[in-house]
Amino acid sequence: MPQLSDLIGSFVDDKICYDTGYQAPSQPATHTTQPIVTGSSVLGLKYKGGVILAADTLGSYGSLARFRDIRRITTVGKNILVGASGDYSDFQKIQELLEEVVAEDYCLDDGRTHTAKEIHSYLGRVLYGRRNKMDPLWNTLVIAGVENGNSFLGQVDLLGTQFEDDTLATGFGSHIARPLLRNAYNENLTEEEARKIVLDCMRVLFYRDARTIIKIQ
Amino acid sequence: DHEAIRRRSGARVRRASWKRRRSGEGVRVGSNGRASQGLSIDTSVEGFDKGRSRENERTNDRTIDRSGEEGDDERTRRRGRKRKGEGERGARRVESASRGLSIDTSFGGFDARTGVWSRGKGKMEAPTKMKEVLTGTTIIACTYDGGVILGADSRTSSGNYVANKVADKITKVCDKVYLCRSGSAAHTQAVAGYANLYLNQHAIELGDKGCSVKAAANIVKEIAYGNKAWMNAGMIIAGWDKKEKGKVFVVPLGGTLMDVPFAVGGSGSIYINAFVDRNWKPNMTKEECKSFVRKAVSLAISRDGSSGGVIRTVTVNEHEQVKEFVTGNEVPVYQDEIQSKGPPQVEFVSV
Repeated sequence: MPQLSDLIGSFVDDKICYDTGYQAPSQPATHTTQPIVTGSSVLGLKYKGGVILAADTLGSYGSLARFRDIRRITTVGKNILVGASGDYSDFQKIQELLEEVVAEDYCLDDGRTHTAKEIHSYLGRVLYGRRNKMDPLWNTLVIAGVENGNSFLGQVDLLGTQFEDDTLATGFGSHIARPLLRNAYNENLTEEEARKIVLDCMRVLFYRDARTIIKIQ
Repeated sequence: DHEAIRRRSGARVRRASWKRRRSGEGVRVGSNGRASQGLSIDTSVEGFDKGRSRENERTNDRTIDRSGEEGDDERTRRRGRKRKGEGERGARRVESASRGLSIDTSFGGFDARTGVWSRGKGKMEAPTKMKEVLTGTTIIACTYDGGVILGADSRTSSGNYVANKVADKITKVCDKVYLCRSGSAAHTQAVAGYANLYLNQHAIELGDKGCSVKAAANIVKEIAYGNKAWMNAGMIIAGWDKKEKGKVFVVPLGGTLMDVPFAVGGSGSIYINAFVDRNWKPNMTKEECKSFVRKAVSLAISRDGSSGGVIRTVTVNEHEQVKEFVTGNEVPVYQDEIQSKGPPQVEFVSV
């Protein structure tokens, strides 16, 4: 007899809970799966004339530090960076989608490529659409880029929340590093200063986040 | 002595209830679960148990897994604190059904024993996974100078029963490309079947060129990622192709695709992660690599209950694909697996 706990794949009360993503066949096919190979935080900081992103290179498998040399920040075209925390397989899927966007740009060959703001919009809509289908891409993405000397920094998360800011931190970093970055930010940072701030925040995260390693990208 | 017991067990024993206990009304054992010395345990008191209330025991729910239960688990964890719900007379309040087997899951993650992911929302039941047939397993693949060697144990377990003790977990999906399977036996066999189908079609188009390991791994990844909600399959794809020589790819549970020089997978892999990290070197010889793989699998078999049987290896390089196995009696054993502390008390009796 179908119960409420069957409809929602991870409902927890005092009773038994199956948290395996299994659904009875009579239900419509909705997949709210869980992140499996996960990346921890991504930090982003604007400085004068650019943006800097940082992430560690760990793919955690639960509490196991399984893959210790993954790249969680990828480039899109020539001047856009996309970093991701959350499920790594969904990020690999997002990378494939972004490659299609770049390929489309290349084929159109009209002298324009997608800007960071456009990629930010695109990914926001993709992630929001997936969440409405109850099948999210379980990531929090940081999109960074520079156009005409103006730096852009935006975030999209698995719910489709989309916004821009001068400093960003995802995952655990949103609790620990965001206040540090906000304190340190001013409009006239140089690249060296920005790098130093971001590395300092990564060090604090290495101290305080149990799912990080010392190696960063 | 009462004082010594109190200090040792760390329990806060109230004198008044102690007196009542001695008159036989009820018993509170020290919070480490052991009855105090010199005290008679009156088990007829309502609620006395080893961590379960009577209400719980009466449940007919067969999905509660009691196999790993020990009475002392909860108690050792709550040493020194007064147990919740314990009333004056030492009788326990009725506990909710969720306390049958509780694991502290406040941090979330993967429980390898029951194959359950938890979101860390607090204590939850961890039922056995419908007794489905799992290849609770150890699989490994690593590159050496000139090719790859894949290794696996041969035990397929269905709960605590060994369904197949000579399973072959290394499946060929394409010429010179093999797949090591771990997780649900049904899922991985299906994935291997589909991969075989698509790769055969692909190979017809390629002709003499031969299938690349990357293509095989990508197909496995597409299947795993596309069905990630249903599937429980962790796989290692390894082989040799002309362009990239020996390659190892790993597709763990969610459908990530990782290109790695060596990989371990399955429930037994956690025990040998550190060993493999320490002892794998790039550009080993074939013999070195084979003995490394065998040693790793035997160490995992030694510690993991879901791995056992024979150690199978497949060597793939430019010239050959060799399938071998080490018979069960030749699998190395370690430490106290074989030696006992005293002289052997064995008497051979002819029948």
